[in-house]
Amino acid sequence: MEPAEILSNPGGVIGVSWLMIALPLLGAAVLLLGGRRTDKWGHFLGVLMALASFVVAALVFFQMLGFAPAERRVSVPLYAFIPGVADLGLLIDPLSISFALLITGVGSLIHIYSIGYMSHDTDRRRFFAYLNLFVAAMLLLVLADNYVALFIGWEGVGLASYLLIGFWQFKPSAATAAKKAFVVNRVGDFGLLIAIFIVFTTFGSVAFGEVFPKAGEASQGTLTAIGLLLLLGACGKSAQLPLQSWLLDAMEGPTPVSALIHAATMVTAGVYLVVRSGAAFFPGDGTASLVVTIVGVATLLAGAIIGTAKDDIKKALAGSTMSQIGYMMLAAGLGPVGYAFAIAHLITHGFFKANLFLGAGSVMHGMNDQVDMRRYGGLRTLMPVTFITFLVGYLAIIGFPLLSGYFTKDGIIETAMEHNAILGWLAVAGAGITGFYMSRVVFMTFFGERRWDKDVHPHESPAVMTWPLIVLAAGSAVLGAYLVLSNRLMVFLGPAVGLPEELPAFHVVSPVGLATLALVAAGAGYAWLKYGRQEVPVVAPRGSFLTTFARRDLYGDALNEALFMRPGQWLTRLAVWFDNRGVDGLVNGLAATIGGTSGRLRRIQTGYVRSYALSIFVGAAILAGAWFVVGTL
Amino acid sequence: MTTHYLILSALLFAIGGIGVLVRRNAIVVFMCVELMLNACNLAFVAFARQHGNIEGQVIAFFVMIVAAAEVVVGLAIIVTIFRTRRSASVDDASLLKY
Amino acid sequence: MPWLSILMGVSVLGALGVAFVKDDRLAKQATLAVSLVVLALTVVMTVQFSPNGDRFQFVETYDWIPAFGVHYGVAVDGVALVLILLSAVLVPIVVLASWHDAEAGKRSVRTYFSLLLVLEAMMIGVFAATDIFLFYVFFEAMLIPMYFMIGSYGGAQRSYAAVKFLLYSLFGGLLMLVAVIALYVIAGKGTFMFPELIGAIKDPTTQKWLFLGFFIAFAIKAPLWPFHTWLPDAAAQAPAGAAVLLVGVLDKVGTYGMLRFCLELFPEASKWATPVVIALSVIGIVYGAIVAIGQTDIKRLIAYTSISHFGFIAMGVFAMTSNGASGATLYMVNHGFSTGALFLIAGFLIYRRGSHFIEDYGGVQKVAPVLAGAFLVAGLSGLSLPGLNSFVSEFMVLLGTYERYAVPAVIAATGVVLAALYILWMYQRTMNGPTAESVRSMPDLNIRERWVVAPLLVLIIVLGLFPKPLLDVINPSVKETLTNVSVTHPAPAVAKEGQ
Repeated sequence: MEPAEILSNPGGVIGVSWLMIALPLLGAAVLLLGGRRTDKWGHFLGVLMALASFVVAALVFFQMLGFAPAERRVSVPLYAFIPGVADLGLLIDPLSISFALLITGVGSLIHIYSIGYMSHDTDRRRFFAYLNLFVAAMLLLVLADNYVALFIGWEGVGLASYLLIGFWQFKPSAATAAKKAFVVNRVGDFGLLIAIFIVFTTFGSVAFGEVFPKAGEASQGTLTAIGLLLLLGACGKSAQLPLQSWLLDAMEGPTPVSALIHAATMVTAGVYLVVRSGAAFFPGDGTASLVVTIVGVATLLAGAIIGTAKDDIKKALAGSTMSQIGYMMLAAGLGPVGYAFAIAHLITHGFFKANLFLGAGSVMHGMNDQVDMRRYGGLRTLMPVTFITFLVGYLAIIGFPLLSGYFTKDGIIETAMEHNAILGWLAVAGAGITGFYMSRVVFMTFFGERRWDKDVHPHESPAVMTWPLIVLAAGSAVLGAYLVLSNRLMVFLGPAVGLPEELPAFHVVSPVGLATLALVAAGAGYAWLKYGRQEVPVVAPRGSFLTTFARRDLYGDALNEALFMRPGQWLTRLAVWFDNRGVDGLVNGLAATIGGTSGRLRRIQTGYVRSYALSIFVGAAILAGAWFVVGTL
Repeated sequence: MTTHYLILSALLFAIGGIGVLVRRNAIVVFMCVELMLNACNLAFVAFARQHGNIEGQVIAFFVMIVAAAEVVVGLAIIVTIFRTRRSASVDDASLLKY
Repeated sequence: MPWLSILMGVSVLGALGVAFVKDDRLAKQATLAVSLVVLALTVVMTVQFSPNGDRFQFVETYDWIPAFGVHYGVAVDGVALVLILLSAVLVPIVVLASWHDAEAGKRSVRTYFSLLLVLEAMMIGVFAATDIFLFYVFFEAMLIPMYFMIGSYGGAQRSYAAVKFLLYSLFGGLLMLVAVIALYVIAGKGTFMFPELIGAIKDPTTQKWLFLGFFIAFAIKAPLWPFHTWLPDAAAQAPAGAAVLLVGVLDKVGTYGMLRFCLELFPEASKWATPVVIALSVIGIVYGAIVAIGQTDIKRLIAYTSISHFGFIAMGVFAMTSNGASGATLYMVNHGFSTGALFLIAGFLIYRRGSHFIEDYGGVQKVAPVLAGAFLVAGLSGLSLPGLNSFVSEFMVLLGTYERYAVPAVIAATGVVLAALYILWMYQRTMNGPTAESVRSMPDLNIRERWVVAPLLVLIIVLGLFPKPLLDVINPSVKETLTNVSVTHPAPAVAKEGQ
């Protein structure tokens, strides 16, 4: 099925759908410009703007449900941006509105949670300003109707991520992590930028509505080049190999940030990009798609392996995020059916990963910001709400039957299996590792001996933090079933991503699903043996070579350091030296030569009249001689 | 006829020139300059006579007047230098250099 | 109305007036008032400009030296207009920012402000001149006030920097003078008026020689790699306000000259030289960025980032596509605002702590959040964050270059990554981390300084979101230029429907 025609603005709420972006942006502006004056009520304004944006998104969604499925593609032009290149406009279709609902919905919950989490921070207002800025940029990213507007949102979320990772900028580690995230993302953005150039020079436009229908007319090489460059951009934003290294460091930011930006929404922007451009630039059997699947599988395994060795609860979850996005990326490389499962997993992941991160934040909140799981233990009775909700999220992510992850992840694995058995089995293996490391997190945190220091008094978090957890846990539990059973999401997304009319039926019980389940159970069991039954040592044991390998993030940072950072430093030093000594040296040398020469020539002026007279005589004689010679010629 | 005058003029000019170059006493240098000027005068007058026109002789007068003016200024400078430096050597007056 | 003469006249009269005011405070206020009047007049003039009317508007032509066909000829097209607007906006801001900068100088405070106004008149004149001889006169005369501003009010090494700046520029200027005279003689039209000289030189070899004369002067002025080493010295030693005008406006004369004079007078030679110029630009972009990363002095760092940005501008000009040339023109304006903001805020920072060196700072964000925030926004504009002004121009330049020269555009785009590195690393080292002992008592921006920063930041954001008004003024002029160069625009590979 070809993507439907884009309809023009039908009015109603859709006509003012730009409010979704404008409201949080306004919130950010008021909070940043208002300064300390807005400290008292700043967080309420932030929450209000996020909620208002959610309400608009919901109204737009319901208005769109009233249209026939084929007409659910509406453009809302805003204004002329760069004449002849790009105008700003929004594209409201099932794909973008799904994202908008996820972003504003989960975003609002995290805003509410942050009121409690950040209550002791003197800069809470600034935090909410950045959160609002993020929501606005992220919405622009997913709602934009062309690549340039998308790029504005794309870098806008990068900025928000930079500001929020470095929110506690007085910590050098946080400042460095923030810079690293931005710079690594910029490498990806470089790819996206070049992709946009190729799109414009090939199609004469950057608008989705003009580019996608004509994609078939371009040469195969061009399409593959665009696809690979878009993938580079996606790798940066979504922390996929080889641009994964920033995500673990990004955990320096406050935990709600990790939940919202580095788990639920921003890091999935890469998946959005691939799915959005999918029909045009990632044809199911093309090279670009193949590379997408390879990147996805590699990352899902790498992330899972990293997750197994981390003692920092947030870093373990970050590894898990990488891994889950790897699944989405894998799915996004599998063609239209894969897109639907990628989006389904993306939405459920948004819920359960936000749930897990906020749960981790709740634990940290009660533990004096301790992040080392070896210092936790036996918290299930002291933090019952956190424990229960975390448990739901945990069961959802490992794919416990009938919870969200079970439906969406299995969908991906089965689609991959149909596509290519190797990919499928690697994805199954990833699921097994997921079972291990997530169980490890749960056992180390909530079970076993109490290993914390004497001055720590763990307590349950306030209601403003637990209620968002409860809502997210509910979503983690049921959303997967709701979206996947009877192909609800597929039917809804169909017109946007170009699904075939005949949709494959989803089997609740399948051989592959059972195999996956068995592996997950094995992983969880092994975790129980190592971390549930045995006592967890407070100081991490040295571990085998493999443990070190995983602890050091598969030597990703070491690799970057050896390949880019050190040569870069040398190059910089060399360039500075060359500039001072070489280029400027040449200039100063020239000046010095001229100065020196005149200094030497000056010596001719001895002050002796006789020598002046002699030179006059000699000169006159030469002139006379020359005149004589010329005269005789 | 004129040739003899010219040879004499050239000799005088050469003597004057060499004197200017080799002597250090300012007065002698000065007299040598006068000698060169007068050598020129001799040439002017000789040519004037040979060609039978008056302009060469007029120029000789001009040269004399200029030479007189020059002597006045030059001697004044030399006397002043002698008063301050107790020396009439041109090599001693070499402060104006580099 | 002779708008352009009025603008220059007001500035010059103001300069004379300020020079004779005895009271320093009054002199400053008078300068501010005069520059604001000039700004107001410029805005009124801009409003009356009709983008789709004649190419040159507000034309004034009077004989100056009739024997040689030299005229006092001024007029503006869209490109010149936005650059005059840039100058008129920056001068009052610089005046306000330099309030205390001249007090430590060798000469009196009122001289400094008087020189500022003289400079403003010349900046307007150089962009408005339609007579090439008049352009040359302004081009050289501008050096003099700037020389004194650096040499008399600058930092420790001001003499070295000022002389280097002067000699470099004079060298280029003299080459240009030779080319200007040769152009007059060879064209044989008996006039220096630019519109009449378009297409006057037909012979390709002659074009190449004359092109070189003009181009080297502009390449030094801009500055392009490898003629750039005077800029870091001059910008670092100049007082912050003078550095803003130097990098923000004076250097633009170079890139403006390339677009206006090199391209239109010598189209064949320009095409002949394009590969070299693009190569120099790309080298400058990457090289400037890498050297900027390694700087230890804040102002030198900003100067090197500018060298990188000038590479973008020159590349856009010589890409000879409408996106490239329009983007380059827009870049000239945007760079003036964003680098201006960076220099001024760095100047405030340095004024407080008394050190140029990055290592002497740290954790300023904690004690002076407004200063840090403003610095970040200016910096983000410097790294071309989408939504801020520089992005639009950098995007257009890269896109315009990509349309014709894909590989250089891709290499140049790595500058985008490097820009993130140099700006954010500088920001991290000065503003983040634990608060250094020496900055613990640093005050935040005061009211005057906020008034300096606010208009720049507003412009940075507004031009980032609504660049269209400026582009509407620029585009027709650029189109005219490209028509005179007679280049064909590369068409998209997949033709648009209906074509």
